[in-house]
Amino acid sequence: MNDTTETLSVDTADMPPDPTLTAAPTAMKNARETPEEAGPGVIETKNMDVFYGDFKAVADVSMNFAFNEISALIGPSGCGKSTVLRSLNRMNDLIPTARTDGEVLYHGANIYAPGVDPVEIRRRIGMVFQKPNPFPKSIFDNIAWGAKINGFKGSKADMKDLVEGALRQAALWDEVKDKLNESGLSLSGGQQQRLCIARAVATQPDVILMDEPCSALDPIATLRIEELMLELKENYSIIIVTHNMQQAARVSDRTAFFNVELDTKGQRTGYLVEFSPTDQLFTSPKEKATEDYITGRFG
Amino acid sequence: MATGSDIQDVSMEEQLERKRRPLDTFIVGSLFIAGAISIAITLGILWELGSESLLFFTDEVVSIGSFFTSTEWSPQAGSFGIWPLILGTLLITFIALLVAVPVGLSAAIYLSEYASARVRNFFKPVLEILVGIPTVVFGFFALTFMTPLLRSIFGSTVGFFNVLSAGMVVGLLIVPLISSLAEDAMAAVPNSLRQASYGLGASRLETSLRVVVPAALSGIAAGIVVAMSRAVGETMVVTLAAGASPRNFSLGEDSLFGYILSPFEGAQTMTGYIAITASGDISYDTIDYNSIFAIGLTLFLMTLGLNSLSRRIVKRFRQEYE
Ligand SMILES: Nc1ncnc2c1ncn2[C@@H]1O[C@H](COP(=O)(O)OP(=O)(O)OP(=O)(O)O)[C@@H](O)[C@H]1O
Ligand SMILES: [Mg+2]
Repeated sequence: MNDTTETLSVDTADMPPDPTLTAAPTAMKNARETPEEAGPGVIETKNMDVFYGDFKAVADVSMNFAFNEISALIGPSGCGKSTVLRSLNRMNDLIPTARTDGEVLYHGANIYAPGVDPVEIRRRIGMVFQKPNPFPKSIFDNIAWGAKINGFKGSKADMKDLVEGALRQAALWDEVKDKLNESGLSLSGGQQQRLCIARAVATQPDVILMDEPCSALDPIATLRIEELMLELKENYSIIIVTHNMQQAARVSDRTAFFNVELDTKGQRTGYLVEFSPTDQLFTSPKEKATEDYITGRFG
Repeated sequence: MATGSDIQDVSMEEQLERKRRPLDTFIVGSLFIAGAISIAITLGILWELGSESLLFFTDEVVSIGSFFTSTEWSPQAGSFGIWPLILGTLLITFIALLVAVPVGLSAAIYLSEYASARVRNFFKPVLEILVGIPTVVFGFFALTFMTPLLRSIFGSTVGFFNVLSAGMVVGLLIVPLISSLAEDAMAAVPNSLRQASYGLGASRLETSLRVVVPAALSGIAAGIVVAMSRAVGETMVVTLAAGASPRNFSLGEDSLFGYILSPFEGAQTMTGYIAITASGDISYDTIDYNSIFAIGLTLFLMTLGLNSLSRRIVKRFRQEYE
């Protein structure tokens, strides 16, 4: 909710083109089909525009997010990555001025159709935020809470199993199993973020959205979260916003590059440049703008 | 900024020397004096209360022991047991909280979690106006509106002076205090927690009641304690609406849930007694006159205790987020 626009230069200035990244052989990952060939995905946007009041933040986004893949959204600051992500589970509803036009299809159903309950959407499409935000409750309750409000009816023992399972999936169990009653806030930043992922996993969503989940973490904690994402994708579809192109290259199957342009009225409206299999986007981008961005020649 | 070139002849030690800032000194000094004055006033009040109370307690008619244990307050008959007055105060405070906590908290939750900016901008000044109404107006409201209303509901068991009417109106009086302190506490809950909750598929009500309120609980509790000490100290409403007869009781004979706690009868409070006695025509240096200082001291200690309790609660609240 409090996204602020940073200066454009921040993204790329300290990120020299990574040779392993740009020169990666295409064979490193199985070449994926383009989304069109893959058939309808778990989430599809069709000509989606998002406004904040009169300001059009992103225009005409049409994307198809495949099942059980990790899709990465990259692009310069202010191009609308977070805006797009929040539109996918109606978190934008919490911003009074925000409005979404066009369609967002979840399993083929338009989540912006009248009569759709945003709460139901968010139960199926969970979210992990940039800054770890555990509740000021115990580690156990942090995870149990989401399950409870999602109608968990099992016994106490079932709840224990659920909490343990979620913590194991988030690769946090061994570190916290002896202190489940301590506050979630007593953990380190990286542990807190894994707790937040465990919390999201415990509600058994279908899709997990992550907005720069590693930006507050050190490289080691970052790698752990990346490993975690790769494991989670067996069961979930994941969409991640990242400023770190190496991260997109390491974890994602498909990458979307967004850019931002001044329109005739002087508004800075973001748009989708291309959405391709990750190895392809980083080695042979279709668009000049993508190439400029990933090689650091942007702006 | 001094750059080396233009002041080469001044040594570095001199450049780094602490500068005099007379304006800063003056302002800091005035602030200190203002702070010192308020502390001095508090100490002065305490001194006055203490020394006059001493006169009271050293009188041969009363003993400290009976003051704090006797359940009869009849100055004319020479019995000075403070419990009937404390009972009156606590009864009214309790009734006031019964009214004010649910209403104030609901208002706070509504304003902080539901209301649009427009609604909030309308309601907050209205609540502040409520704070500004003189309490004597509330007192007459209790006497001329609330009491007749209660009598039309419960019949003539409701006395003309009764603690229910006084307590409910004191409750109305402290609603704005609770709602604004609770709203502040809830507004201080980081938005990221609300987002986390919504992101897990919680509804607005679940988010408000099960994330925001618990996270703000210590702040809310502290607000309630502050409101409580305000209710304990409230004078005008209780003097007008609860009557001037101390509710003398005897633990063995009167039933606890009958006469002792009856909401329909009047009761004098500590503040009520002080107000009436101080404004009546009794002369200095009588034992009646001195008794109000002993009561005042008790009242002071009670509210001091409540305020330090709320401080302690707030302190815990701060630690929770670190
Ligand atoms: N709550 C809001 N109200 C109004 N405008 C907003 C709001 N959130 C974002 N915007 C605007 O929408 C545009 C896109 O913002 P968004 O946060 O989606 O960018 P982003 O790509 O996520 O940037 P970053 O990489 O810095 O996080 C920006 O111009 C921003 O100022
Ligand atoms: Mg963002």
